[in-house]
Formats: sequence, C-alpha cells, structure tokens
Amino acid sequence: MLELLSMQSITKEFPGVRALSGVNLAVREGDIHGVVGENGAGKSTLMNILSGIYPYGSYEGRFFFSGEECRFHSIADSERKGIVIIHQELALVPYLSIAENMFLGNEQSSRGVIRWDDTYRKAEEHLRTVGLMENTHTLIKDIGVGKQQLVEIAKALTKNVKLLILDEPTSSLNERDAHKLLDMLLDFKRTRGITSIIISHKLNEIAYVSDRITVLRDGMTIETLEKDKDDITENRIIHGMVGRDMSQRYPSRKPCVRNDVALRASHWNVYHPLFTEKKLVDDVSINVRRGEVVGMYGLIGAGRTELAMSIFGRAYGAHITGELMKDGKPVELTSIPKAIKTGFAYITEDRKQDGLILPFSILRNLTLASMQSVSSHGVIDADLERTGAADTKERLNVKAPNIEQQAGNLSGGNQQKVLLGKWVFAKPDILMLDEPTRGVDVGAKYEIYKIINELAEQGKAILLISSELPEILGMCDRVYVMHEGRLIAEYQTSEATQERIMSDILATEREKSAAETA
Amino acid sequence: MSQTIAAEKKNASFVGILRQYMMLLILAVIIVFFQIVTDGKMLNPMNVSNVIFQNAYVVILACGMLLCILTGGNIDLSVGSVVAVVSACAGTFIISWKWNPYLSMLLCLLISIGIGMFQGFWIAYCRIPPFIMTLVGMLFFRGLTLRILNGMTLAPFPQGLLKFSTGFVFAGDPLGGLLGGADGAKLFGLRNVTCFATGVLLAAAYVAITFVGYSSRKRKGYSVEGFLGLLIRTLIVCAAIIALFYLLAGYRGVPTVLVTLGVILLVYSFLTTNTVMGRHLYALGGNEKAARLSGVKTKRMMFLAYTNMSFLAGVAALVFSARLNSAAPQTGSGFEMDAIAACFIGGASAYGGVGTIGGALVGGLIMGILNNGMSIMGLKTDTQQMIKPLVLLAAVALDVIPKQRVLDPLLDRIRLRKRVNVSA
Repeated sequence: MLELLSMQSITKEFPGVRALSGVNLAVREGDIHGVVGENGAGKSTLMNILSGIYPYGSYEGRFFFSGEECRFHSIADSERKGIVIIHQELALVPYLSIAENMFLGNEQSSRGVIRWDDTYRKAEEHLRTVGLMENTHTLIKDIGVGKQQLVEIAKALTKNVKLLILDEPTSSLNERDAHKLLDMLLDFKRTRGITSIIISHKLNEIAYVSDRITVLRDGMTIETLEKDKDDITENRIIHGMVGRDMSQRYPSRKPCVRNDVALRASHWNVYHPLFTEKKLVDDVSINVRRGEVVGMYGLIGAGRTELAMSIFGRAYGAHITGELMKDGKPVELTSIPKAIKTGFAYITEDRKQDGLILPFSILRNLTLASMQSVSSHGVIDADLERTGAADTKERLNVKAPNIEQQAGNLSGGNQQKVLLGKWVFAKPDILMLDEPTRGVDVGAKYEIYKIINELAEQGKAILLISSELPEILGMCDRVYVMHEGRLIAEYQTSEATQERIMSDILATEREKSAAETA
Repeated sequence: MSQTIAAEKKNASFVGILRQYMMLLILAVIIVFFQIVTDGKMLNPMNVSNVIFQNAYVVILACGMLLCILTGGNIDLSVGSVVAVVSACAGTFIISWKWNPYLSMLLCLLISIGIGMFQGFWIAYCRIPPFIMTLVGMLFFRGLTLRILNGMTLAPFPQGLLKFSTGFVFAGDPLGGLLGGADGAKLFGLRNVTCFATGVLLAAAYVAITFVGYSSRKRKGYSVEGFLGLLIRTLIVCAAIIALFYLLAGYRGVPTVLVTLGVILLVYSFLTTNTVMGRHLYALGGNEKAARLSGVKTKRMMFLAYTNMSFLAGVAALVFSARLNSAAPQTGSGFEMDAIAACFIGGASAYGGVGTIGGALVGGLIMGILNNGMSIMGLKTDTQQMIKPLVLLAAVALDVIPKQRVLDPLLDRIRLRKRVNVSA
C-alpha cells in the first residue's frame, strides 16, 4: 500500500524541553492509524507540526504528504492539502447554527456574500453522512457533546479531507456514542477511502479500530505495531507505552470496609436549575460505608454528577429534597462551605473548567479548600501553608520542581493529582470523585488509584463516579448503576460484570420505549 | 544539551525577575529623566511634597480598584461620581449646615459604604454585570451631586479640617527644637530633623522585621530565600525610605496625607497577601467556578470588593475636597480612569486574578510623576493628555506581548536562516 504520510526524524524543542527527538511516523493510504503514548510523550506536539500549528522552521526534520514535501506555515496550509485535525476541545461556536459552524472559515459565498441556500443544503448532506439527524439551523449550544463531535467530523468532510486527525475523540462520549463514532471511522475508510490518525488513551478503542499503531514514549518513536501481524492487545500496547509490563492495572487494596455508614442519602430528588420541571435525580437512595469505595456508573446524562453536586452543599440543582445523614446523624448542607466543614469533598470531573485555578501555584491550589487549617483569625500562616502543601505534593507524587509551579503548566495527570491533593489536604470523611482519571495516562492513573486506596484504608468513604466500567469493576467494593436520574441496580463488585451492567441499562431503555409506545 | 537547558533556565529566571520589577525600573527611569530635563526641579523637596499631595487620591482609589479588578477584570466606573457625591455631602454638612466636622466626616464614610453596599448588592447577588451597574452609579451619582450642590461650589472648609489633608506631621519639628533650639543649627542642614529621624526609624524597623522573620523561619527549618537576594532587597527598600524622608525633611516634613496613604497601603497589601479573604479574592478572579466549588463565598467576595471600592472613594473624596478646599459639582470626573490605568500599568490582569497593591502604587506613581514632570517642563495639556494613554498602552503591551509569543514565528524564521547560513 502507498504511504500517504511520512514524517522523518522530527525534532522539536521548547525552551528547556525536548518534546520530540527524531520521531518517525508513516501512515499508509486508507489506514486508520493509532498513535498512543502517555501524557507528555509528544503526541499532540507531533500533530501540531503536522497540521501547521508549529510552522515550518520551528522544528527539525521533514515530512511528506502524498509524496510532496510539506512546509506549512499555518493551519490553512495543511487544510489546503486535505489534512484536517479535530482537537479534543471542540472548536465550535456555541451561538452559531450547525451549518454556520460547518462552513466557518470556508463560507459558501460569492464576492463576500454568503449563499445561505447552498450552505444549508451542503451542510445537510454532510450531516446525514455522519448519521446526524439534527436540523442544520439548530444552535451548537443546544446539542450534546456527542453530536457536536459529529458536527466537527461533518465539518472536516466539507473540506475535502484526505487525512483526518482525531485527538481523543471519545474522551467526553459515553460508551455507546464512542462505539458509534469508531464504527463510522471504519465505514469512512471502507466507503470513502479516508485515512485517519486517531490519538486516544482508551486502548481498547485503539485496538478495535486501528490497522497500525505507533507508540511514542518520551518524545521518541518506540515501535509501530501492525494488526494481524503483531499482537495488539491492550497489555502489549501498554508495555510499549510505559516500557514495562503493567500486569496490574488496578492496585490491590486490603479489605477495609467498616460497618458504620458514613454517607446516607435517602429519597434524593433534584430538579434542573433553569428548567425546574425537569427532574434530574429521581428518588435516589444510596449509602457509603467508611473504608468503602462505591462506584457510580451510568451513561452521560444519568444524573450522577447532579446527585453528587447536589449533596455537596447544593452546589447544583433546584428544589432539592431528601434526607442526608453523615455517620448516622442527619445533616443539612445548605452551602458549599458548610459541606466542606461537615467533612464532605466533591472533586469535579472537569479539572480545568471547575477544578483548578490555573494561574495559581500548586501551593495555592492545594490549600484553597482548607484555608482555615493554615490561618488564624483570617490571617494566613505562610510557613504552615508552605510545609503543608509541600508535604501533600510529596505524598501525592506530583511531578513538578517545586510548589511554586503554576498549575496551568502541569500535565493532565499532575493537574489531576493536585486537584485530588486539594481535597486530601482538606481532610474530609467523605470523598465524591467525579471521573478522577479522565484524560490521564496509564501511569498517572495507577498512582491515582493508589491514592484512592490509601484514602479508603484510612477509613474514608469514597463514591467513585466513572464512565469506564473496567475502572469501576477494578476499583470498587460495590457499584450503583444510574440511568436517566434513577437508581436501577446495585451490585457487589464480585457479582458484577460489564455485560450485566450494560444489559441492565439496555433493559431500562427498552421498558421506557415500550411504555412510550403503549 | 543539559548545559544549554541550565543556561536557558537561568536566563528565564533573570528575565522573570526583570519583568517583575520592570515597572519599578521604568518608574526610576522616568524620575531620572525628568530630574535631568527639569534641572533638578523634579526631586526638589517642595515638589516631592506636591507630587504626594497631587496623587494621594489616585493611589487610594487604585487600592480599591485593584480588588475589583482581581475579582475577574471587573472595573468600577462610578468611582468619580461617588467621590463627587461624598464631597458634596461633606461640603453641605460642614460648610452649609455647620455640623461638627469630625462627625460629618464619619457620616460621609458611612454614606460611601452605603453606596458601595447598594452597588455591590446588585452586582453580587442579582448578577448585574459590574460594568453596567457602575455605569448606572456613575450617571446617577453625578446627577445626585448636582442636586445636592444645586450646581454651585461650596467653599471654604474650616481650618481645623484642612490640616488632615494639606497639613504636615511634626511641622513644628519638635526633635530639631530639642537638639538645637527653636531655629538653631539643624542636623545635616535639614529643615525638619524629626521627619528625617522618622524615616530612619521606619527603615530600621523594616530591617528588624525582615531579619527577625528570616532567622526565626530558618531556625524553625522552613525554606528561606537566598540571603544575598534578601540583603539587596532590604537595602533598596531602606534606601528608598530614607531618600524619601530626606527629601521631605528638606521641606516642611511628612504630609499628613502620606500617613493616611501609608496606612491604607499597608492594610491593603496585608489584606491581599496575608489573609484568607485576599486569597479568596484572587481565587475568584482566577476561576470563579473552581473557587465556588472550593468553598469560596464568591458572591460575598464580590459584594465586599465593591463595597470597599466605594468606601475608599469616600476616603479619597475627603482627602481631595480638603485639598481643593471646596466641594464642586465636577469634582472627581475622570478619577475612575486614573485608578483603572494605575492598576493596569502596575501589572494587574484585565482578566482578573493577577495584580498587587505594590503594582497599583507604582502605576499610580508613574502616572502622577508623568503629570508632574510634564507640567514642570511646560508641556501643554493636550500633549500631556496624549502621552498618558500611550504610556498605558506601552505598559500593557510590555506585559501581554511576551506572554502571547507573537514574535515567535519571526524569531523562528530568523533562527532558521542563521542555521541555513551556518550549514552552507
């Protein structure tokens, strides 16, 4: 098969760091090519060079596309060749319609005047190709993240794409939508001959969809694995990524579940803060014991985050009703400061948007939720704060030269550790972790799991919200399954399997549609 | 390779330090420049006192404005009008109604706090954008001022009151009197020995506090900064304090308003750097959602920032109207812009979460000294008005451009060309 793209000994340096050293990447025409590596391995840097974000001259080495050498100076240059990149953070404008977004920067116009009929007709065509049945006049803000992802892909199709690069395309999708997306890529490959590069942390997806897989580590190409020729199981890929076997993805924990129930929420109801007739959590009752890690699984929109946030000092939602008990005593958490004081912690799923204060140092992020422990009468004891923060940084193994580093400059895994550290430092009794390992590489994941285990062993009650079933099954003692605001199942992890949980959800879906048709 | 990294690191930290003290350096350059072109009139003792009198209100307002900007780049446009309304109240109470001046001043401050709470309530709890709410305040309170003053100017204030803002501390030079008789030989040929002695005492106190803190931290095993750096910093600060008081001693002593200003600066820099409230303010500006989920009472912080802004506007109003010795309808117009400019020149971020009281002070001084220096040089008002905003642009550009790396592609290209030349 022909080589569509060939990147040869690419080297890129940033002040003080060598992000890539002599990376080679060859992508064959009509392939789906997976690129994997831990955070900081250089995947994004490589793609930024390929798409012209880092212009020709800012790196060493050469690359060829369809046999021609490329010297891109901007994204426009690479798009002209048919190379389109879809970033993890979608680049759509929320208050423009689907069609307007699809032709943004590529407007269907004659002499500067937009031809709206053409725009909407073509948009509709491409939208149907990706299997999206939305009206092209709908505003982007009114459709979910999964559909937005499809709009991005449809947008790429309008540009006559030859090479489609997807950076973590499924990180914010639920399992079903993720699967749909991957199948669509396979379909594009078969029917349209579109070559794609896919970057992902989800190795099962990479293994499912890729023809060849290139593994990067520390800015170097480690190996390229080929389907049907090499073993491309997850464990094999991980071996390449971390340079050693990770026989155990989930660290073991001494059984430490105690008898006393730390958190009990009964008949909990939450309504949408704006559309107050919409019920997001419907009569949910849960409990978590001390020393227990309880999983909370569900598809996107199941109401897990809403449940946790409404418990956490009513941080979200309206008309919250239900009874809350901590260590057997009823508590009334009317504000977030009160919830923190009572010993609750909620660790947000979006560390950049809601979790960390990126311009703050590690130090200031770590102590923010528990200022009263490092101050008296409102005056901060700078030395106490410093030692406390340095101690927490060591304990959580945050990889940074010192605690004065800005949180915004850390890698995803380290940011997540700082976020976790902030709440470890607050010494809560009950921790609600919302997707604590999203977008974090394998090595950092393992360390986060170890921290969770430690916390459980100290007798903390942990509610682990996750969209990754293997993680739930690997880490939890017990698991709740939520679907569309309701609790639909509860298992001891020893009895649960991925199949059983998924079939529970599907059964509920079927019942619902049966009830609707009836 | 590792050597270049080390070199780059060292370089980066040097640039970092330079950037941190950039505005201070620019201030020094401006002072030296004017000192030369005005033949030494700039640092003439009388002129130094003047600069302090002229700019005290800007720095006071900038302290309040900084807190608002920290909450997320929000500004308070109503400041000038609040100054006017409080000044009008003071004039009415003291001059027209002949109330007790001290109680009247207290009442004026309470009124300003009330105004701040009113605006803060709408901004923090009803989520009216600060820009709009304070625009409302700006227009409304200007109108109210006209109503209170009936469009007329009230003057003059009683003598006793004026010494608070135009007077000098130790004007009689008690220490000098003690040393050399009523008007006998003065130490170092200074007019006011007490003033100079105060400066030396302040510098000594600063040294003592710094080094006691340093050694106690070291003893307790906490990490400390390098001794040399500490020494240099302390020396510079002491030199600045002593130089300032030396100059002031050459005229009539320490202006009362400098004491007010000093107290405000100390209180607010302590508030922003050493208190939980200050930290929460920065957190709010850095990421409101994250701050809220970390237990920061974001609405209350917003409310306090705006209440405080009006309170300081009240203080500035008293200082300013006493200096002008009148309450006029147009008092304070444009003050908000001076305060905002001072903060931004001083390195505050237009997006919030970044900025210091020290920076606001330096920003205010740069503006004030430019004003003063250009006036001494005899530049016309139109020229002055064009130069000041350009300084603001230059200051912000100096701050923003290096971060955005707009020059990088250009530098890359130059580097590439060099490399090609070398290989050829």
